[in-house]
Amino acid sequence: MSDELASRPSADERRAVTRRRLMMGLPLAGAGVCGIAFWKMLAGMQSGSFNPHDINAPVTGRPVPVFTLADQTPGTGFSAEDLRALSKPVLINFFASWCIPCIAEMQALLSLQKRLPIWGVAYKDKPENAAGLLKHAGNPYARIGSDREGRVAIDWGVSGVPESFLIAPGGTIVWHSAAGLDGDEVMAGLDNVLKRIGA
Amino acid sequence: MNLGSLCRRIAMALFVAACAAGPVVAFAVDDPSEMLPDPKQEARAEAIGAQLRCLVCQNESIEDSSAGLARDLRKVVREHVASGESNRQVIDWMVARYGNFIRLSPPVTAATLLLWGMPVLALLIGLAAAFLVFRRRPQVAPLSDAERVRLDELTRGS
Repeated sequence: MSDELASRPSADERRAVTRRRLMMGLPLAGAGVCGIAFWKMLAGMQSGSFNPHDINAPVTGRPVPVFTLADQTPGTGFSAEDLRALSKPVLINFFASWCIPCIAEMQALLSLQKRLPIWGVAYKDKPENAAGLLKHAGNPYARIGSDREGRVAIDWGVSGVPESFLIAPGGTIVWHSAAGLDGDEVMAGLDNVLKRIGA
Repeated sequence: MNLGSLCRRIAMALFVAACAAGPVVAFAVDDPSEMLPDPKQEARAEAIGAQLRCLVCQNESIEDSSAGLARDLRKVVREHVASGESNRQVIDWMVARYGNFIRLSPPVTAATLLLWGMPVLALLIGLAAAFLVFRRRPQVAPLSDAERVRLDELTRGS
């Protein structure tokens, strides 16, 4: 009888065991949660849905900033008024002849311009160099403006070329990409927005 | 004093001078022509620029970076300062274009509440843990008479 009593753990002992298990389990659970979070983050970085370096341009959803761009051969320049007067969406693409990713996306732009007009902005580029690139690689742009000083780009929140903005009729920026338009994820994003605004 | 020790002294003095001047040299714009003529305004522009992230290098301020965009943004900051705008106005101008990402020190928002609250939160958690640990410390029974005698013997021995 007394033996039986002694072998049965007391309430205090049982509580101590529960606490020990909890103390052991908590760090494991914490490490598990962190592991899942890291895995999700890395998977997102690989699939392109998460980019820690992406600068979320706050201009999306806003009207286009006020600007005027001089002509860039072989096109004519444009201003905010031209964009506001549009009745169809247009893609604004900042590019430069000194920018390798811009040259890499030219092929994608040439096929995209069959679907919607693309207006280019030569960013901090010598006019003759920008013209040379378009002569050599083909010209996807319906109109081209020159931003020699890069000041218009700052008003658009451009952090580096290539960058593209989709302008809805009426002159609202509805979509932005800080990556070249030759990636599948980027094009899928653009397709979604074009469908949404009915173009 | 021999020649060797004189040389060493001069080298030491030069080293100290270089160390003292180092931060000043590192914290300078690429080209002196970028600077504002008024030293007070220039100091303000530098203070504002030091709070703005270079969007190309991302971990440097626009004052420290030699990227083209950083140079352009420095120029914009100086133009705004020279036109008499407040620090707040210049930073708001930048945030309107590049978002809060351009601020090296993020403002307190719902998303950054945990970040800013962490020092206080960590202190409170530590205090709570310490309180619990000390409260649970087992009570030590007072010495029995026999133990007290033994202790007296031991301490007298030394």
